[in-house]
Amino acid sequence: MEVFGLRKSFGEVHALRGIDLTVDRGTVVGLLGPNGAGKTTAVRILTTLLRPTAGHASVLGFDVVRQAAAVREVIGLAGQATSLVEELTGRENLEMLGRLYHLPKREAQLRARDLLDRFDLVDAADRQVRTYSGGMQRRLDLAGSLVGRPQVLFLDEPTTGLDPRSRIGMWEVIRQLVHEGATLLLTTQYLEEADELANEIVVIDHGEIIAVGTSDELKDRIGGDVIEFTVTDPANVALALQSVDGLCDGRVDVDDARIAVHVGSSGSELLLQVVRRLDGADVGVTGLGLRRPSLDDVFLALTGHAAENA
Amino acid sequence: MSFRNLTWGLADTWVMTKRNLIIWTRVPAIIVFTVVQPTIFTLLFRYVFGGAIPVAVPGGYVSYLLPGIVGQTAAFASMSTAIALAADVQKGVIDRLKAMPMARGAFLGGRLLSDILRMGVTVLVIVGVGYIVGFRFRNGFADAVAMIALAIALGAAICLVSAAIGLWLKNEESTQAFGLIWLFPLTFVSSAFVPVQSMPGWLQAFANNQPITHVVNALRGLALGLPLHDDLWLSFVWLAGIVAVFAPLAVRTYQRVS
Repeated sequence: MEVFGLRKSFGEVHALRGIDLTVDRGTVVGLLGPNGAGKTTAVRILTTLLRPTAGHASVLGFDVVRQAAAVREVIGLAGQATSLVEELTGRENLEMLGRLYHLPKREAQLRARDLLDRFDLVDAADRQVRTYSGGMQRRLDLAGSLVGRPQVLFLDEPTTGLDPRSRIGMWEVIRQLVHEGATLLLTTQYLEEADELANEIVVIDHGEIIAVGTSDELKDRIGGDVIEFTVTDPANVALALQSVDGLCDGRVDVDDARIAVHVGSSGSELLLQVVRRLDGADVGVTGLGLRRPSLDDVFLALTGHAAENA
Repeated sequence: MSFRNLTWGLADTWVMTKRNLIIWTRVPAIIVFTVVQPTIFTLLFRYVFGGAIPVAVPGGYVSYLLPGIVGQTAAFASMSTAIALAADVQKGVIDRLKAMPMARGAFLGGRLLSDILRMGVTVLVIVGVGYIVGFRFRNGFADAVAMIALAIALGAAICLVSAAIGLWLKNEESTQAFGLIWLFPLTFVSSAFVPVQSMPGWLQAFANNQPITHVVNALRGLALGLPLHDDLWLSFVWLAGIVAVFAPLAVRTYQRVS
């Protein structure tokens, strides 16, 4: 999948301001950014739903504008909203999609059965979708995007609005797809999600790509993990700082009795050492914890503004 | 268009039609509503207002009324087209379908086909209700069939207008609230319920020159064996005009909707 200088404007609003991106076969790219960053616009152009204002994009060599029909043959899309018919059963939804992919009736039935089985929806297969939980609907929707055996799969915020348990369930399913060698582009607002699923993360803000890299690379760029604690007795702050000094090359922030040690990507190992050293120096602390970088941190570091304000 | 594309187009349209028909069997309230509303109108005008409305047609007011109700029912049946399309856009169903290799016209085609089928059933039910309250076809079987066919043609043309509106509003609630307001003046300020001559002159000018009046007059002529004057061919001209404007508009709105 290749994208050159992609732009999209809606009147005065410039949703994309020139995106260049290459996704190799069999890789998983996470498009990470806040609401309104242009993620969905990019997906909609790549899935032939929108025409770009300028620039070119191709999927498996097919141009998304000039060869839109060929692109639709090879892609699968699961959008932010589930595109299921609530009054139909899970099985009927999948069979209908199979028929629209021009599978013979028998084959559409088999495909639906396989997918229901694979996404753990066999028990609910013959219930109307409106009785499904949010997580089940998303799983069925994802199953729907696989009916046509797509070579490239687009998942637009696959877990937005799901409770934590359903989110982890979705991750399992997506990870399995990745394991089977799917080429996947997923968009997300959650660094954690991109981290869990993607080989490569593309950070996008205000319609522009502001960083590309693996999750480790990005975390290192923004300073990585942070160990934080508050010294119980303010008189011991100097002692505490002395104890943690030299543990890593990272920065140490002090705010009154609150100390934050930036420890790169090896937070878990260093956490133990910090505990031992503070204990050894007999410094009492509260609120000791390891904080992983959040999307907010990434944004703050990369753009100088918080994600919500984007 | 190749033969393969054509057969796929028809197959896809049929899949979408079946989908819509199945939805109705699961939500019987929709069917009940579309039949109940015109039934109430029939009873209300037949027994409450009818006595006060003098008409000069064989069989009295019930004969005058039923073709009007049939025309109104066919026009109002397009409500489901607008609402269903708006809902499909709002929920994102349309995105998934547009990103698939299915035939481009199948989504709208299936919508219209299923709505027209349902409208046909509703019209027949209302004719049945009419028979119970005293309406009779007075001009033979062939003209009765022609009358029902013309009513369905009217409904189909109005469905295209509603389709464009639903796709343009893209919101189920506002479509429900505003999508069909224009149909009220169009059906009531017509010859559907009262003779146009009973209206003030300025209103007659509108009522005499709008499609519902021509179609309802033609329906009435066919059902009761009255002279058709210019109403039948004017109906065809109006319906052809509506289709010529709103079919491309609905298709374009569908293609651009997101």
